[in-house]
Formats: sequence, C-alpha cells, structure tokens
Amino acid sequence: MSTGSTEYSATGRHAAEEPVDYMTDSREIADGEAAPGCRKRDPIVVADNVTRAFGGMNAVDVEHLEIPRHKITALIGPNGAGKTTLFNLLTGFDTPNSGSWTFEGRSLQGVSSYKVARMGMVRTFQLTKVMGKLTVMENMRLGATQQPGERLSRALFKGIWGSREKEITEQADRLLEKFKLDAKKDDYAASLSGGQRKLLEMARALMVKPKLVMLDEPMAGVNPALTQSLLDHIKNLKAEGMTVLFVEHDMHMVRHIADWVVVMAEGKVVAEGPPGEVMKNPAVIDAYLGAHHDVDLGDAQGIKELEAELEADDESIAGTEDAGILSKIKEEEAP
Amino acid sequence: MVAALFAVTVSMLLAAPAAEAAPTPSPAPTGSQQNYPNSISGLLRNNGVPLKGVKITAKGNGFEGSATSAANGSWSIGVPTQGTYTVELDTGTLPQGVKLAEGEKNPREVSFSNTSNVSTLFVFGQGIVVQKVDIFSQVPERLVAGLSFGLLLALAAVGLSLIFGTTGLTNFAHGEMVTLGAVLVFGLSAAGLPFWICIILALIGGGLWGYLQDAALWRPLRQRGTGLVPMMIVSIGLALAVRYIILYNFGGATQQLPYSQSPQVNFGSFAVSQNTLVSLAVSLVVLLGVAFLLLRTRVGKATRAVADNPALAAASGIDVDNVIRIVWTVGGVLAALGGILWAYYRPGVTFDMGQQILLLIFAGVTLGGLGTVFGALVGSLIVGVLVELSTLWLDADLKYVGALAIMIIVLLFRPQGILGRRERVG
Amino acid sequence: MNFLDILGGALGEMLSPTTAAYALAALGLAVHFGYSGLLNFGQAGFMAVGAYAFAVSTLQWHVPFIVGLLIAVVCAVIFAFILGIPTLRLRADYLAIVTIAAAEILRYIVTTNKLTPLTGSANGLAAFEGGFFDLNPFPPGTYPLGMSNRDFFVRVVGWVVVALACLVVWLLMRSPWGRVLKGIREDENAVRSLGKNVYAYKMQALVIGGVLGALAGMVFTLPRGAVQPANYGTELTFFLYTCLLLGGMATILGPVIGAMIFWAVLSLTQGILYGLIESGTVTFINTVQAGQLRYILVGVALMLLMIFRPQGVLGNKKELAFA
Repeated sequence: MSTGSTEYSATGRHAAEEPVDYMTDSREIADGEAAPGCRKRDPIVVADNVTRAFGGMNAVDVEHLEIPRHKITALIGPNGAGKTTLFNLLTGFDTPNSGSWTFEGRSLQGVSSYKVARMGMVRTFQLTKVMGKLTVMENMRLGATQQPGERLSRALFKGIWGSREKEITEQADRLLEKFKLDAKKDDYAASLSGGQRKLLEMARALMVKPKLVMLDEPMAGVNPALTQSLLDHIKNLKAEGMTVLFVEHDMHMVRHIADWVVVMAEGKVVAEGPPGEVMKNPAVIDAYLGAHHDVDLGDAQGIKELEAELEADDESIAGTEDAGILSKIKEEEAP
Repeated sequence: MVAALFAVTVSMLLAAPAAEAAPTPSPAPTGSQQNYPNSISGLLRNNGVPLKGVKITAKGNGFEGSATSAANGSWSIGVPTQGTYTVELDTGTLPQGVKLAEGEKNPREVSFSNTSNVSTLFVFGQGIVVQKVDIFSQVPERLVAGLSFGLLLALAAVGLSLIFGTTGLTNFAHGEMVTLGAVLVFGLSAAGLPFWICIILALIGGGLWGYLQDAALWRPLRQRGTGLVPMMIVSIGLALAVRYIILYNFGGATQQLPYSQSPQVNFGSFAVSQNTLVSLAVSLVVLLGVAFLLLRTRVGKATRAVADNPALAAASGIDVDNVIRIVWTVGGVLAALGGILWAYYRPGVTFDMGQQILLLIFAGVTLGGLGTVFGALVGSLIVGVLVELSTLWLDADLKYVGALAIMIIVLLFRPQGILGRRERVG
Repeated sequence: MNFLDILGGALGEMLSPTTAAYALAALGLAVHFGYSGLLNFGQAGFMAVGAYAFAVSTLQWHVPFIVGLLIAVVCAVIFAFILGIPTLRLRADYLAIVTIAAAEILRYIVTTNKLTPLTGSANGLAAFEGGFFDLNPFPPGTYPLGMSNRDFFVRVVGWVVVALACLVVWLLMRSPWGRVLKGIREDENAVRSLGKNVYAYKMQALVIGGVLGALAGMVFTLPRGAVQPANYGTELTFFLYTCLLLGGMATILGPVIGAMIFWAVLSLTQGILYGLIESGTVTFINTVQAGQLRYILVGVALMLLMIFRPQGVLGNKKELAFA
C-alpha cells in the first residue's frame, strides 16, 4: 500500500503544477474500474481497514476507501450505516478499534481532532454547532487560524494581536457577504434560522482555510429555498480548489452536485462511482430499500422495529449534543 | 411553583417553636454542656447496670470541661472545637466495688473524626480483659461495619442515581433528604409516638418531601426547559435552605434516637454491635426489594427505560412524568431510611449529617457509573468497606479521604465507572 | 435599634477585606464557570491552598512575605493541574464532583491530628501575618471610618488586588483567547473542529481562576492572622456561587458587585433582626436563630436567582450560556 500512495501523491503534485479548472476537469476520477474501495487517480484521503465497534456491533468496517482530490464526494447510506461515525473517525473525534488513514500522505492515526483541523481537514456537524451566545462575527473570527491573540502569553496586549484581528475581520466580512450573512454580523448567532446557521457553520469552517471540507448533512433541516443556495456554495468550494466530502440522505440532492458517490450500509462501503451509475447499482437499491422501506410508523410493530433500529444506531449519539459521558478525544497534554 | 416552595419554607419556619419546645427523649446529663457545637459522650454501665454520678473530665485545645453521668449512665461534655482531648474518668467517684476493666486506658486520648460528636466507652468489671487491637479481629469487624455502612449509603445512592438517570439532575440536596429521615424520627419520638410509628411516618415524610420537591420545583423547571447546570445550582440553593431550616428547628446539638445504645453480638474472635447488624439486614432487604421492583415489575421496567432513553420511552407510550414522580418519591423514602440508619451508625442526629455523607454517596454513584442503579449499589459498597477498612492504617479523621481519592483515581482510568457502559460514551 | 448604625455597618461590610476576598474568589469562578463553563465546586479548596501554603511556609521556613506569596500561587497552579488532568476531558458534572471532593480531601488533610505540628489541625495556624504588616507604609493613626493603619492597609491591598485582577481578566476576555474560551463554554467540539486545543485552554482557565482563588484565600486570612479549616468547607464555595450569580457570571464587575451585595445584605438582615429582637419587637426567634435565618435566605436567594435572573444584576441574558 505504501508504494501505491507515493505514486498517487506524485500524480497529485503533477496535477497541481498544471493549472486545471476544477469545474470542467473531466479526467477519470477512479484509477481503473469504479468498485467499492477502488483506487483514485489523485486521492486526498486514504483509509485502510478502519473499524469501530459499539457493543459488539460493527458501526464502521471500511476495508479501503479513497477520497478524490478537488472533487465533491457524497457519502450516502441509510440511517445507521456508519456515515457519521466514519466522519468522526477520520477527523479524530472518535478513535477506531483498528485501521490506518492518511490525509495528503500524512498518517492521522492517533492525531487529535484539533490537529487534524489545523492540517486543513475541517468538518461541520449534523446538529449545527454555532455559538448562539456569540455574535455572527465572533463566530467567524473564532474559525480563523494563526491568531497570536489566542496564546495566553500575548492575549493581554492588543498591540500584538490587533493587526491580525483586523485581517481576519476583513476575511470574515468577505465570506459573510458571499454567504449573505453580512447584514446579521452583529447579531447573536442564536437569532439565526436553521438554514442560516448551516451557512454560518460552513462559512466559519472556511475561515480555517481548509483543503478538505467535510459537511455532515449540510442540507438537513434547511428549507427548500435555501437548499439551492447551499448547493451552489458547495459547488463554489470546488471551484476555489477545495475538496468536499459530504454526508447526505437524499439521493436526488446528491445527483446535482456530486462528482463521486460512496454508498455505505451496515458500516461497509457497498458501492461507489459517479452518481448516475451508482443509482442503478442493485447493491445500493438493496441497501436503501432494504433498510427502512417496510417500517410503518402507524402500527406498534413498526414502532418496535424503529426502536430496535434506533437502539442499534449507536452512531447517532456521536456528533450530537449529548455526546455521552465523555469525549474520548486524545489531545496534547496541558499547556 | 415558587409560591408553593415559599409556603413550605414558611410553614417549616412556623413549626419551629413547637419543635423547639418538645422535650428531648434522652435524659439530659448534667455537666458543662454550654451549648458547644461538639461533644464527647459515652455511657457507663457495669454488667448492664448504669453508673450514676461518675465524674469525667476532658482536657485539650486550651479547654477543660467535665460532666457527671446521669441516672442512665450517660455523660456528655460539650467542647468548643474538634480535635484531640484527654478524657479522664475520676475513679474515686465510682460506686464501691466497681473497677475499670483491666487494660482500660485512663486517662485516654479521644479524637474527633469529622463528626461533631465522639463517643468513648469505659469498660468495667473484673475478669473482662479488653481485647488487644489485633488485625484478625479488626478486619472482620471493620468489614461488617463497612458492609453495613456501604448498604446504608447505597439506599441513598440508588435514589440519587435513579433521579440522575431519569432527569439528568445531579442533586446536591440529596443529603438533606437523608437528614430529614433521621430528624423526623427524632422529632416524632420526642413527641411521644411509639418507635415503629415514628419510623413509618418518617419514611412517609421522606417520600412526601421527594414528591413535593418534584411537583413544586423540579417538574416546573423541567417544563421551562431549564438546563442541567442551572438545576444543579438550584439544588445547591435548596440544600443550603433546607439544611438551615433544619438547623433552625432542630438546633445544632447531636441528639440520639431511641435504642441508639445496643449490645455487642459476639462472633467468636470479633464482636459487632446489634444495631450495625440490624441496619445491614434492613438495608439488604430493602435494596433487594428495590432490585426486584426494577427488574420484575412494570413500573420498574418503565423506570429503567426512561433512565436509558427518555425520548424513546415517551415515544413508546411510557408516562415519563409519572415515572419521574415515582422515582422522586421512592428516592425520598430510600434516602430517609438511609438517614435513619446513618443516625444509628454514627451514632447521633445532627442537622448536617446528610451533608457529611453526600460526597460519599456521590462517590458511590460515580464509582459505579453515573445513572446505573446497580452501579450505585456496588460503588456504595466499595466506598463503605473502604472507609471502614482504611481506618486500619489511616487515622480515623482521614477515613473519608481514602474513598474520595479512590473515586478520583477511578475516574482517571475508567471514567464511565465500574458498571458503566463505554459504548454509550463518545 | 439605630438604623444609621446598621446601615453604616452594612457599608463598612461592603469594603471589608472579607468582601474583597469573596470578590476575588468569585472572579476566579467567573473565569471558570462564567467564561469557560467549567463547574469548579472546589474554589474553597483553592482558597485553602493559598491560605495554608502561605501560612505553613511562613511559619515553618520563615520565608519573606513575597516568597510565601509565590509559594501560595505555585501550589494553586499545582492543585489546578491535579484537578484538571483527570477531569477536563470529562463531562461538566464530573469536574464538579471531583473538585468538590478534592477540596474536602484537602480540608480533611489539614484537619487531621497527625499533621498538627504542620497545619495546627482543627485549630489552624496563627501569627504568620507579621511579614505582611511589616510592609505597611501607612503610619499609625486614625484613618477614614475609624480604621487603624492596619485595617486601612489590608483594605487598600485587598481592593487593589481585586482591581488588578479585574483588569487582567477584562484584558484576557476581550482578546481572541477569551473568545476561544467563550466558544468552549458553548460547544467544545465545535471549537475543536476549528483547530483549537480545547484541553489546553480549559487548563489555562482552571489555573488562572485557581490562582485568583488562592490570592483570595490570602486576602481572607491575612487580616484575621489565623487560618482554620472550618472556614474552607463546601459552603464557602456555594456562597461564592451566590455572589457570582448575584452580580452576573460572565461579567467582570459582576462578581465584585455580587460579593458587595451579598455581604451588605447579610449585614443588614443581621442588624435589623438583632435590633428587632433586642427591642422586643420580635420575640419568636432568638439571635442564634436569626443567624441561621440569614443562611436560609442565602439558599433561597441562590435558587430564585438561578431560576428567575440567572444573568444576575449586570449580565446580558442573551450571552448567558446556561439558560
């Protein structure tokens, strides 16, 4: 595997040298035939044998997965397929039972979540996490990197961090304008609508200047009027040279913007490929329709089934507000 | 809600003079009981016959006080501060023919161990050889005492854990629910009611207090959507208010419940007081009952379902509010029972007796795993046994330190507690 | 009963060194709880660390005042690390239980008879304040409000320390560092996802608030010239929370004003109740019960504040993290 990944990064470097318009780049994404776990021409994330079990149940069991660079990849699958858990594992918010994974050729094993973010792999959450008690602008500033004023030793003196503060405020102003939140910048984020919060969270993630943006259900709970603008924003990320990986339930939404689709079911990658082809894949139809289609919430039997499924769906706890007794995030020792 | 609370507060305050005027059940010994917050006390008996008029002095910490034993042999010396005192029995005042047993230290050192009362026993008679402190009799003695203590902690801890599991509240006012049980028994028996009636009424009172608390305070707060941290701080306020309401009515002295002096039961190499054994049996039976209710009955299953996942439980038709109401009521009864047993174990009733073990109850619950009922049971047993066994090598005034330190260490390595599920984590 | 005397007493109480100590310790809690969301229920422990570290090092090794002060601060930092390392990864209520337990452990240890030569057991320690009063620049005489030069010096030092601490906390909280803390208070995972080392920030906040607590312990104990374990029980922490919530938990001046109100109200109620009892207007309670009544008041006030005005006197409800 190690020889393989050097090859990829070589091509990656090559691709970066030649100016490519990422929107119209029509070169093959897969390095060979599209199949579950297939190799990519230019992957940014490579995962191997990543597993995570909750109480004897494998929530995630991914043999091999590569995320193509400069593309929009959709991660789809029924409830409890392990999508969010995989997100948590890749970004260091959860620790897998086994496996290794790399970001731009660098191993992320045992790397804490905040360091993953600093490397340029930034995520959002299924339940939007904006700081409601901070203003929209403060939320944005929080996202900016390399702030000298965030070090305790320099925080006391505005002279040291004032100029950087000005820079990031300008950066935030530009982004807020783009996301049409500039009118709200002095409001508390709690006053925003659900869709605006999603936009703010995405804009805040961009303050980090990421290379890979990972969006966990960006369209959930957003009203249809805002959906289109959200989709446009995601496309724009690609135009600006970022790679996008997002989780989504709705296959039809995915078809519009994704260059590549990875389908998960019961913790495994069951299919991947360009959206048009994946939709026809019998494994996908099976995974989707086999999961919840016969659940009728109108009768007791249906509720029982749903209960059983929710119970099995330990994954749904992670990444939500009540993330359980503790977050087992391994971080650096104290300052 | 607040109006109701206020009404309760006011009615408790108004009840003050009546309770104040009630006679104390134990005949007051004469002596220098100058309303000091702490006391050294004991009971003088020779072959079961109380010794009257024996003079005892206590010296130390710049203080000297004395007392003469009452008709029932009891004596008590009030002292201003906790610490170590030299206690001496004036052998000249003993009735003729009565002698201290061989090996009895006189004068002797007596130290307070975080309680406001310390008792010391002088043994009389010839032929009685005071057993030397040896590890073989100490270990089983401490073990039985520890089990008894652990089980009474468990009574309170199970209630605390159920409340935490079903509502998420870390209830700092649980200590006062413990105190209430003991104070009610004392108050009722002082009013002349038969002992068993007192116990039953105190348990009912504890349940009622739990029910009222939920109905008047916690349920409205839940409905307002108050966060868990504010609720925790509200419980601290409630704890302070109730503790001082009890102090206001009950006073700062240590009082004894009926039958607080019990004979030792001999088990060959070691002896345990009868009260300790009764306490052990009572709490064991009650806890088994609670376990049966939780595992086998509809209400119990519903309770566990709510503790597991309130939203899901509500969706499957369980009346969550009703379950929580029951949990508060049962929690109140269990805490009251724990309080009564704690009063016999210490021994003595004080206004802050519940606060003294609140942290140990927390330690038990945390050790076992927050929110798991059987974890609370196991954790409390560990805490109880640890506290008692630690006196073998730690000073008595440090006996709670071991248990609290162990809790912190366990959190380091197994944050979900001993029986907690890691899977729920993260 | 002279109402002016009572009022004057309450005003004097507002400026007393004890009030300054409460303000300082409550400011530490504001850093912990108000700004970072750390539920520290062991602030009394931090105060005890400050007071005992200073007293023991002065009495045992006869160190100069400044060295004693430094030892107290270093001990508070160590105590913060001991508390923080196991608990800062855990949920908020675990920190609460561990800090309250650690504070109690500390109190049991300084109370134990075995350490009497070092800590003075239940009687505590005394006569360690000489080095501090040697620094007194004010000549003997009568100062405003009939204070002696000692009283005046203690008050000046106490309130200057409070003012400096307020300034430092204000500077910190308006900085990007403070912004990260406020972010953590609301959602630490979100802050983590933006590349901030949440654990390090929480630890820094715990240390800063703890050092303020230790300084408060010294301000509390120096004018008394004595330190006793009974003063550092869990109730002290809860009183500090009452002060904090009174003033406003995520504000700079809130803890200070909260402490002033707390002591003024306690002093007023005591004065009025005692006056009423002495004048025979109130006969159904005695002075001991009147003292207890005040603490009932504190408990009820804490509940009502948390329920109806959690932002306190100065706070902004929109910025309130827990409501």
